[in-house]
Amino acid sequence: MKTRYVLTAIVLAGLAWLPPVFAKTLVFCSEGSPEGFNPSLYTAGTTFDASSRAMFDRLVHFKRGTTVIEPGLAESWEVSADGLFYTFNLRKGVKFHTNKDFQPTRGFNADDVLYSFERQWKQDHRDHKLSGGTYEYFNSMDMPNLLKSIVKVDDYTVRFVLNEPEAPFIANMGMDFASILSAEYADKMNAAGTPDKIDLEPIGSGPFQLLSYQKDAVIRYRAHAEYWLGKPAIDNLVFSITPDAAVRYAKLKKGECHVMPYPNPADLAAMQQDPDIQLLEQEGLNIGYLAFNTVKKPFDDRRVRQALNYAINKQAIIDAIYLGAGVAAKNPIPPTIWSYDDATKDYPYDPGKAKALLNQAGYTNGFDTDIWAMPVQRPYNPNARRMAEMIQADFAKVNVNAKIVTFEWGEYLKRSKAGEHQTVLLGWTGDNGDPDNFLHVLLGCAAAKGANRARWCHRPFDDLILRAKRTPDVTKRTELYKKAQAIFKQEAPWVTIAHSVVFKPIRKEVVDFRIDPFGGHIFYGVDLRP
Amino acid sequence: MAPRAGAPLFRMIRFLLTRISLIAPTFFGVTLLTFALVRLVPGDPVELLVGERGIDPARHAMLRAELGLDKPLLVQYGTYINQVLHGDLGKSIVTKTPVLQEFLTLFPATIEISLCAILFALVIGIPVGILAAVRRGSVFDYLAMGFSLTGYSMPIFWWALLLILMFSVTLGWTPVSGRISVFFYFEPVTGFMLIDSLLSGQKGAFSSAASHLVLPSVALGTIPLAIIARMTRSSMLEVLNEDYIRTARAKGLAPWRIIILHALRNALIPVITVVGLAVGVLFAGAILTETIFAWPGVGKWLVESVRRRDYPVLQGGVLLVASVVMLVNLLVDVLYGLINPRIRHQR
Repeated sequence: MKTRYVLTAIVLAGLAWLPPVFAKTLVFCSEGSPEGFNPSLYTAGTTFDASSRAMFDRLVHFKRGTTVIEPGLAESWEVSADGLFYTFNLRKGVKFHTNKDFQPTRGFNADDVLYSFERQWKQDHRDHKLSGGTYEYFNSMDMPNLLKSIVKVDDYTVRFVLNEPEAPFIANMGMDFASILSAEYADKMNAAGTPDKIDLEPIGSGPFQLLSYQKDAVIRYRAHAEYWLGKPAIDNLVFSITPDAAVRYAKLKKGECHVMPYPNPADLAAMQQDPDIQLLEQEGLNIGYLAFNTVKKPFDDRRVRQALNYAINKQAIIDAIYLGAGVAAKNPIPPTIWSYDDATKDYPYDPGKAKALLNQAGYTNGFDTDIWAMPVQRPYNPNARRMAEMIQADFAKVNVNAKIVTFEWGEYLKRSKAGEHQTVLLGWTGDNGDPDNFLHVLLGCAAAKGANRARWCHRPFDDLILRAKRTPDVTKRTELYKKAQAIFKQEAPWVTIAHSVVFKPIRKEVVDFRIDPFGGHIFYGVDLRP
Repeated sequence: MAPRAGAPLFRMIRFLLTRISLIAPTFFGVTLLTFALVRLVPGDPVELLVGERGIDPARHAMLRAELGLDKPLLVQYGTYINQVLHGDLGKSIVTKTPVLQEFLTLFPATIEISLCAILFALVIGIPVGILAAVRRGSVFDYLAMGFSLTGYSMPIFWWALLLILMFSVTLGWTPVSGRISVFFYFEPVTGFMLIDSLLSGQKGAFSSAASHLVLPSVALGTIPLAIIARMTRSSMLEVLNEDYIRTARAKGLAPWRIIILHALRNALIPVITVVGLAVGVLFAGAILTETIFAWPGVGKWLVESVRRRDYPVLQGGVLLVASVVMLVNLLVDVLYGLINPRIRHQR
C-alpha cells in the first residue's frame, strides 16, 4: 500500500515537471470593428469575417481558398429540369452553439432554414424588423423577386421555389447573407422578452462560438467542440481590432498577432525579407475598370471607345499604381472565375491606332471629356486619383482633353449611378464566384441605371447572359459567357484595367492559412505550430 | 462673523450659477452646429452602407424614410432636440445600438488614457518648468525649452508610430497596441483597465494593462507636457521676481523652501487653467492616438462615424464630448476660484 502511495506521488511529481499544455490561441489583427454579428443585416467584409465566416454555416460552402461549391448544411441538392425548384437535403446531427441563456434541445433542421430566410424576406415575419431590419445583401441579390416560396418538405428537406430560373442560385446560397441561425434560440429569446439577443449574441452552428466582444477592441471565440466537420485545430480565436496598417505590421513582427489583413503596399518588400513572416499572395476576385458613359456623346460611338482603349498604357498604370501587385485585365471577369476566356486579345497600347479611329469617328481634333476618380482606396484600385492622372496624360496624347472629377465616396456612387459622368473609374469584388455576378450585375441591361456605370445595354450581349442565367448546365453556360466576353471586348464599354493581387502576411508558425478569393478570413482548418 | 464667512460663499454660488446658465446656450449651440455640419458634408449614409453594389431607388427612399432623413431639416432638428431633451440620443445607423450605450462603453477608455497622459505631462512638465526657470539662461533651460517647442510642434500620428517602432518593435520594451494582452480575459467591471485588471485577480494582468498604457500616454501627453513646461517656466519667472520672494530670500530661507513653498504655489495657478484647457486638446489628440494604438475610446468611435456618416453617433457623440469638456472647464473655474489667493484676499 505504502509503495503504491509513494509511486503515485513520484508520478504526480513527475507530471508536475512536464511543460503545461497551452491552449492554442490564434490572434487575427482585424482592420475594423464588425457592425454586428448577424451577417444577414450587414454588407461589410469586416463584419462577415467576425460573423458568418467564423460562427455560421450555410446550406452550401465554398471550398476553402477556392470558389468551388461544396455541401454545407445541405448534404445534397436537386434542381428541377425547368430550373425553378431547388430541393436541399439537410445534414443530420449538426449541433448549434450554447451560451448562458441557451442550451439547444435539438440539432439543425428545416425550421432553421425557414427562419433564416423568411426573416429577411417576409415583411410580416415576427423578427423582420429586429435590429433595424435592413437586409441589403438579400435585397441586392434580388432575392425578394426571385423567391416564390420556401417549403418545408420534412424536417430534413427544404424546397426553394423560384419565380424564374436562376442558375447562380446555388452559389447565392453560399453567400454570407444566407447564413443559418437557430430558430429555437430566436423563439426562446422572444419568449424571454429579449429578442435583441438573437442578433447581439447570436447562435450559429459554425466552427467558432462567440465568447465576448469588447467594442472596438477585442472579439473572442472558442472552438465549437461539436462542430460537424470536426473540432477546429485551434482552441481560441481572437480578433484584435487594429485599424492602422503600420501598427498591424508592428504587431505581426512582434508576434502580437498571427495573421494581418490589408498590408501597406510600401511594406511588402520588408515583409518578404522578414524571416518570421510568410507573405501569401493570390489574384483577387476583382476588376478595376474605366467605364464610358455609352449613352452620352461621343461614347455612344464604338470607335471612340475602342480608340481610348488603344490610348491607355495599361502596363505603366499597373507598375505605378499597383506597384506590381496587379495583373492587366482583358476580360470583365477575373481569371479565377470559370468561363474566363483566355483567348481574348486585349487592345495593345497604340496611340497611332487610337488617333486613326478617332479620325474615322470624326474627332480629328479630339474632344473634351471628364474622368471621375474615386476618393477612396479600394481592393481593386489602390489609388484612383493617380490612375486618373495617368489616363489623363494618355488621353492628351491623342488630343482628348480630360478633366479629373471627384466627390465624397457616397456622393460619387450616387452621382455615377445617376449617369452624371462621361467616364468613371470603379470596380467590383465578386460575391459568389459566378460569372453572372460580374457580367449581369455590371453590364446587363437590367442594371443600366444602376451598377452598370457604362449604362451599356447591348441586346446581343444581354441575350447571351440572360440565357446563361437560365441554363443550369455549366458547360453550356461557359460557352455563352465566352461569346459574351468576345462581344464585350469588341464593343468596349469599359477599359478593363487590372485585377489586383491580394497579399496576406502571416507568422511563420501559422499552418495552412489559405487566402479566400472572396476577400474573407477563414480560420477553420488553420493550425499553429508550437 | 457669519455674514463675513457667507459673503465669499455667496459670491461663489453666484459665480457658479452664472457659469451654469451659460452652459444651456452652449449646449444648444453644439446641437445646432453638429446637426448642421454633418448634413452640410456631402455623403449619404444609405449609399455608404451598400457601396458599389448599389440599391434600387424605391428601397433607397424607404431606408432614408426609416432613418427620418426624408423630412425637412427643421423638422429633423426639432425631432432631434425633442429626443435629446428626453434623454434619447438615438441609435447608431450602422450598429443599431443606442448612442449613449456605445458612449458609456467606450468613454472609460478615453478617460483612462487622458488621465495618464495628463499625469505624465504634469509629473515631467512641472519639475522641468521649475528647473528651467530657476536655471534661467542655462544649457538645461535652452534644452528643455527647445525640446518642449519640438514636442508642441510634433504631429501626433508620426510621433506615435515612431514611439511604436522604437520601443515596441526595436527595443521590445512595450506592447504595440491594445489595452491588455489578449491572453487575459475578464469581463469589464468599471471599464478602467487598470482597476479591472486588479479586480480580476489574474497574475500579471495589472502589469500588462499598465505596460499597454505607457506609449499611448506618452504620445497623447507630449503636447500638454510641452505647454505645461513652458507655462510653469514663464509663470515661475514672473513669481520669482516678486517682492515677497526677495523678502523670503532676505530672511535667509533655504532656496528649495522659497521655490516650492512660496513661488510654486502661486506659479501653479495659471498652470491649472492650462490643464483645464488641455482637456479639449486631449480629446482632439485622443482621436489620433486611439486610432494608432487601437485604443477603444470615443475618439476612434467618432472618426469611424464620420467615415460612415452615422449621423446619430456623430451628433450624440460630439454633444456628449462637448458636455464633458464644459463640465471639466466648470470644475476648473471653481477650483481656480477656490485656490486663487486674490479671491481670498477680497474677504
